[in-house]
Amino acid sequence: MNRETAFAALQGVPDPEVPAISVVELGIVRDVQVTEGDAVTVTITPTYSGCPAMFEIEKDIRRALTAAGASRVEVRTVLSPAWTTDWIEPAAREKLRAYGIAPPGRAEQGGLITLTRRRLAVPCPFCGSHSTTLQSEFGSTACKAIHMCNACHQPFDEFKAI
Amino acid sequence: MSAETPELTGDPGGVESGAAVSNSAPVSGPRRRAVSDPLFEYVLRLGDDRLVLGHRLSEWCGHGPILEEDIATANMALDLIGQSSSFLKLAGEVEAKGRDEDALAYFREAVEFRNCLLVEQPKGDFGYTMVRQFLFDVNSVLELEALSKCGHAQLAAIATKSLKEARYHVRHSSEWVVRLGDGTDESHRRVQQSLNEAWRFTDELFDHDDVDAAVASHGVVVDRDAIRSRWDAMVGDVLSRATLERPADGAMQRGGRIGRHSEHLGHLLATMQIVARSHPGATW
Repeated sequence: MNRETAFAALQGVPDPEVPAISVVELGIVRDVQVTEGDAVTVTITPTYSGCPAMFEIEKDIRRALTAAGASRVEVRTVLSPAWTTDWIEPAAREKLRAYGIAPPGRAEQGGLITLTRRRLAVPCPFCGSHSTTLQSEFGSTACKAIHMCNACHQPFDEFKAI
Repeated sequence: MSAETPELTGDPGGVESGAAVSNSAPVSGPRRRAVSDPLFEYVLRLGDDRLVLGHRLSEWCGHGPILEEDIATANMALDLIGQSSSFLKLAGEVEAKGRDEDALAYFREAVEFRNCLLVEQPKGDFGYTMVRQFLFDVNSVLELEALSKCGHAQLAAIATKSLKEARYHVRHSSEWVVRLGDGTDESHRRVQQSLNEAWRFTDELFDHDDVDAAVASHGVVVDRDAIRSRWDAMVGDVLSRATLERPADGAMQRGGRIGRHSEHLGHLLATMQIVARSHPGATW
């Protein structure tokens, strides 16, 4: 087993809450090291501080790597650098959209917090209309917001940019 | 609200910082722990604030006034409890006595908690919950911003992570303060009342004592007076947009940082800790 085969195995581990993309595509796998005797060390970073899926993800990573031939799997968690949706590549964004989740925009940089910020309308992942309304910044999981499409009247999730 | 995008920003100048009364009063009582490592105490304060407030928010789960707010409060609760778990894990490592974040959360008594009094107050009505959240969130953003640049790498990492979440928390809570304050006569009256009730717990947010001074040796320097000036300006800005009156600074309540709590914390802990204490070591 080498770094490439380990990464390939992790590409097959879906995010439990957004199974359209893998944990690698989500950007939470920060590093993979394979040492003597096929022992694998995976470094991951949480999406949100309280994301309840992290434990599941850790278990799924162990299972996938063991199935791929790892003799021992160590999963390490780091907080820095803090996870950002900017790490999600264009191909994965397209997968999100096809799955019915509007992909994240650019993450807000630090600095001043705008109270009543004028958010750009999030395009509807179903019909592509830009006439959509934010219903709530909090959705079915920590990482999603809820919008409504004014054109096709379909409610949809947006992967929040952070 | 104006059509522009006004900035929730603080003006460090021009606002007098209130006279911070130091927490130097001795605490008597059999359970007062011996003075421990200041860094341990410092990190506990950060973790306990978020644990206790997270628990208070979680009390809305299944009871929210509308479905979206049920989800929002539970979501923010999850963030805060997640943040506290990071802080308490670090506190346990600093203490180096084998206590992890669960041991610190579930097996300490009220007098060992270091959260401020504001966060332990009962959740009240939805207006009170949002006003309290707002007063806390503004301070939290400023505090985390300062900590994210501090010289203690682990503390800075947790703060940087938490700050991303605190930023959308404060947006949510401040929007509700404006919506309720500048809403109906009834919502205005009730949220003003909530603000008046919560105000006496705000002074404690800016207290600094020997613990703060001692952690400077770890590169942790947070200027609470500067934060207070910015907090005053930011809170004032939102209150004026909410057509709410800033309460007068009357008799301020404090004591949480040294373990002197209101009776509410004990009741909260009884609920929060019962499963862990009834079934120690249980996993599922």
